[in-house]
Amino acid sequence: MTDIREVSVDELRHLVSERAMTGETMLLNMGPQHPSTHGVLRLILELDGEMVIHCIPDIGFLHTGVEKNMEAKTYQQAEVMTDRLDYLNPMGNNLTYCMAVEKLVDLDVPPRAQALRVILAELQRISSHLLWLGTSSLDLAAMSVFLYAMRERELILDVFELVSGQRMMTTYIRPGGLWRDVPVEFEDAVRNIIRIMPGRFDEYESLLTKNALFLERTQGIGVISAEDCVRWGLTGPVIRAAGTAYDLRKTRPYSGYDHYPFEIPTQKEGDVYARYLVRVEEMRQSVRIVRQALDRLPYGPVRSNNRKYVPPPRSELSKSMEALIHHFKLWTEGFSAPAECVYAATESPRGELGVYLEGDGGPKPYRAHYNTPTFMNLQAMPLLARNHYVADVVGIIGSLDVVLGDADR
Amino acid sequence: MGLEQKTGNMGVVTTTLEQVVNWSRTNSMWPMLFGLACCAIEMMSAQAANYDMSRFGMELMRASPRQSDLMIVAGRVSRKMAPVLRQLYDQMPDPKWVIAMGDCASCGGIFNNYAIVQGVDEIVPVDVYVAGCPPRPEGLIHGILTLHEQVKGEKLKNWA
Amino acid sequence: MTDFFEQAVDAMKERFDAQERRFAGEVTLILRPEHLLEAVQALRDEFKFDMLVDETAVDYWPQQSPRFHMIYQLYSMAHNVLLRLRVHLNGNAPHIETVEKIYPNANWKERELWDMFGITFDGHSDLRRVIMPNDWEGHPLRKDYPLGYEEVQFTFNFKEVDRRKPYAQS
Repeated sequence: MTDIREVSVDELRHLVSERAMTGETMLLNMGPQHPSTHGVLRLILELDGEMVIHCIPDIGFLHTGVEKNMEAKTYQQAEVMTDRLDYLNPMGNNLTYCMAVEKLVDLDVPPRAQALRVILAELQRISSHLLWLGTSSLDLAAMSVFLYAMRERELILDVFELVSGQRMMTTYIRPGGLWRDVPVEFEDAVRNIIRIMPGRFDEYESLLTKNALFLERTQGIGVISAEDCVRWGLTGPVIRAAGTAYDLRKTRPYSGYDHYPFEIPTQKEGDVYARYLVRVEEMRQSVRIVRQALDRLPYGPVRSNNRKYVPPPRSELSKSMEALIHHFKLWTEGFSAPAECVYAATESPRGELGVYLEGDGGPKPYRAHYNTPTFMNLQAMPLLARNHYVADVVGIIGSLDVVLGDADR
Repeated sequence: MGLEQKTGNMGVVTTTLEQVVNWSRTNSMWPMLFGLACCAIEMMSAQAANYDMSRFGMELMRASPRQSDLMIVAGRVSRKMAPVLRQLYDQMPDPKWVIAMGDCASCGGIFNNYAIVQGVDEIVPVDVYVAGCPPRPEGLIHGILTLHEQVKGEKLKNWA
Repeated sequence: MTDFFEQAVDAMKERFDAQERRFAGEVTLILRPEHLLEAVQALRDEFKFDMLVDETAVDYWPQQSPRFHMIYQLYSMAHNVLLRLRVHLNGNAPHIETVEKIYPNANWKERELWDMFGITFDGHSDLRRVIMPNDWEGHPLRKDYPLGYEEVQFTFNFKEVDRRKPYAQS
């Protein structure tokens, strides 16, 4: 199991050009352990000098078997595994899964829970984009942006810890609403964040946006047109940087996003710089959405009252027999879902994240398939990296915002 | 007036070779960049400004295994990644230590299936296990300090 | 559902004898494998379903015919509608034509389905494993493939599991 298997070049014969066979071009392995690949991505580059002729991505180094494992667990237990897929967007993964379950069993979500879900999903988007900004700038040798971005990210992680007790893998969004109501300090903490963040975004922009070195390294690199984006199924900031304003929060709104007006930032060039601008502007728009949602936060319950799917609060257990029975049934066997299939999609920071969920009448999902944005985006990597230098490949991977947990599941 | 004060005035410090070598090893242990999954994000947070790891001497995260002492296995190790992990461990020069960060590296975590190695100690010998999913940056720093205590207790006869 | 969408669904039903199922506001069309390529081509060219959002499969073992259901999610950017197609495949040597020529992003999706389910795609340019290691045997997401569960160590069986576990020596 721990022996490396010798691979001959013949296996890749149909993917690389003839010149690789004679040794005229070099096959370089940009291996799974590499500081700039943002996780365990392996790229086999065919190089003519420093120019990339072919680029073959090899994924699977983080394959976790989540889809098969979810079939062995009940719907509530399976949600814990969904956090860890795209580990920079655990709230978003939870939200997508809960939307699919709610669609399958026809469960209602109270308005306060929907507004809080929007706030948490947007905070998660800001935190994911901050980490993207930090690491991709680190790859392009702007080290101080990394430290500043992580400093801001700590504020958002503090909010997550305040509501759920966990910084990252919160499993806070559950089917029917949220796990429990937010504490009183939540509003002040979030208001603090939205008060200081726009100033911080200006700081990052002052470091990078008009920086001559950054412009040299990012303009004209990794260009993709809008038609190619649709053909290759690329979604998220990639297609928005190529000109098409396609955002699932506007086209197929979910969880009350249509109540909050916001803009979809687009650029026209479709290169690395355009994606950078789109993501920074998205962070600003997220702050705008959070401010609106927080101002209009309704009062009310945060979880549905449907006791067949949502466990009752512990205070009721000593008073009501039905509550005790529901609690027992839900925690031992779990709720059952009909033998139908649904597809629910949300806009994760990387693109369209969709869940195809099929039940079989029992308490465990029969098939849970994740349609993840990174898997789709990485397919276009050979297209983007052609005729660029090796140093540009690093920038391109950063701009695609690759998270391998998403791709390998 | 004790011997230490007399010798200290002359600029002489007495210690043992063991202590000096162990002290220098702990204070400049360079970790290898081996972040695999979610725990890697917490490792990056530990490296960043808020929970600074460079105050323990770990400012540089070396990408090359040939130049690092410590491998922090942060994240789940899949069966495809296992031979790569072993090769990187073999490429590290002695003395080397391994910290298994997080539940997935310690015991397979919540993923008990065909695709994940159930604990990285099936592949490499581990010195410190840090629990958590993911462990807080302070938890990782506690693990590193535990490793430092362990290293400070190493004996001369174990090096040869 | 919009008129355009109803037109597309009706056209599919009369041309290819597709059955329709509706649930929770979503429409699924069940097609036969021999009609798949024509139907997908028509959907892309005439009805402007220009993005393949998802391509996956479900295994219904031990039922052998059909054992696999292929599922295609198509999306029309101009009209903002989602359509799902379902194709039934038999259990022994399941194979179907590839839609890679119509939607290029089906390339990796079909490689993943070959990897996970063992469904062969006729005409695929590069059918090899994408997620599992290259020399892996078996197709993990099939229902007759075991989960690979390792016995959990509790206090009562701690020592037995410990003895059987392969620890690294050094």
